[in-house]
Amino acid sequence: MKVKELLFKPILKNNPIALQILGICSALAVTVQLKNVLVMCAAVTLVTAFSSAFVSVIRNHIPNSIRIIVQMTIIASMVIVADQFMKAYIYEQEKQMAVYVGLIITNCIVMGRTEGFAMKNGVIASFLDGIGNGLGYSCILFVVGFFRELIGSGKLFGMPILTLTRDGGWYLPNGLFLLPPSAFFLIGCIIWVIRTYDPSQIEE
Amino acid sequence: MSESPIKTIVVAFLLCVVCSVMVSSTAVFLKPAQDKNKELDMKKNILSAAGLYEEGVDIEEKFNQIETVVIDFDTGLRTEAVDPESYDMVKAEKKPDLNEKIPSSEDVAKLSKRPKYAKLYLLKGPSGEIQEIILPIKSIGLWSKMYGFLALENDTKTVKGFAYYAQGETPGLGAEVQNPKWKKQWIGKELYNSNWEPVFNMVKGGVQEGNPEADHQVDALSGATITTHGVESSIHYWLGQNGYGPFLSKIRSGEFQ
Repeated sequence: MKVKELLFKPILKNNPIALQILGICSALAVTVQLKNVLVMCAAVTLVTAFSSAFVSVIRNHIPNSIRIIVQMTIIASMVIVADQFMKAYIYEQEKQMAVYVGLIITNCIVMGRTEGFAMKNGVIASFLDGIGNGLGYSCILFVVGFFRELIGSGKLFGMPILTLTRDGGWYLPNGLFLLPPSAFFLIGCIIWVIRTYDPSQIEE
Repeated sequence: MSESPIKTIVVAFLLCVVCSVMVSSTAVFLKPAQDKNKELDMKKNILSAAGLYEEGVDIEEKFNQIETVVIDFDTGLRTEAVDPESYDMVKAEKKPDLNEKIPSSEDVAKLSKRPKYAKLYLLKGPSGEIQEIILPIKSIGLWSKMYGFLALENDTKTVKGFAYYAQGETPGLGAEVQNPKWKKQWIGKELYNSNWEPVFNMVKGGVQEGNPEADHQVDALSGATITTHGVESSIHYWLGQNGYGPFLSKIRSGEFQ
């Protein structure tokens, strides 16, 4: 398979959130601020890529009967390693995201890619597929995070964009966008837009 | 081939070894950087309780004005029993040789145990005089143990700042102990009366301006009766005779230097 296809197909054509409806939980949880989105996306992308590569390396030696637990062990180790790095270099963010870093383990995208792709494909292809799916996940999270932070607190990356009424400006923030359900509505709208643009994704 | 039971066990075993080596070596390798972050974070908590922290200040530099001391709760004086740098009150509370049972008549805050020694922080002025005393505080809330710092002026009764840095109370109700607006009202309150008995109340419906007791009161947290009670009773405990009472009286008499 071509590199370009592996990297970019999951962004629009086969998006893990919009088409496969995976990884919704963390998409609701971390999208209040774009800063957290950035950290979460980097972590998920790297974890997916490295777990896929690792699984692919040993794919011919994994006994079928324990393949899920083997993948789980690899994913869990990768997530702990990622968490350790975050604790060492971006402590403040790590503290804010707290439990959601550990919960990358349960993000279906990671396991979906190791089981669905890495078990049958070469190391480099699996690594690229992991990066590609991470990018697909990141795109949706950035769009959701953009609207939630802008509408919910009038900021982008913590920089004030719309002056709030409580600081003497004109913008009254919409509290709904600070709560997780708003991400549901936004993701719903994104899926609608994508499927209007590409009707082949519409389910029967 | 891949399916024999022996191979399954061998693969599982090898995988576990590789993964555990990977995880533990990252943990060991990154530990110094993580510890430094934790220490900086704790210093930041101490400085913010003392009202000395603002966004962007050099934490290490500010912290140079602060002296870390370990005192014995019973005598209220300095002790050499433990090393001030490495001593950790939260851990000491769990160690049989470093903790003490609180007599039930004294245990108003339901803490049941406390460490023998307290690690506290003194803000020193240019000529070495004590300007502020920063005391670590533990309270029992509804769901969680809450840890924080109470900063007092050198008269030992006026609050300079108060903040919890770790708690697991209900968001929006008990967790409002971390609301900056709520914390602000503590500043300037007096926690002792003229006989040096702890007086402190958290008032439902808010403190009334002009009430003669208002100096000893802050607002209760609405919808969080148990958290409120935990905060209130722990202030009584920590300022009482089993808590920092002996130490604070030694500060007033000048016996503590």
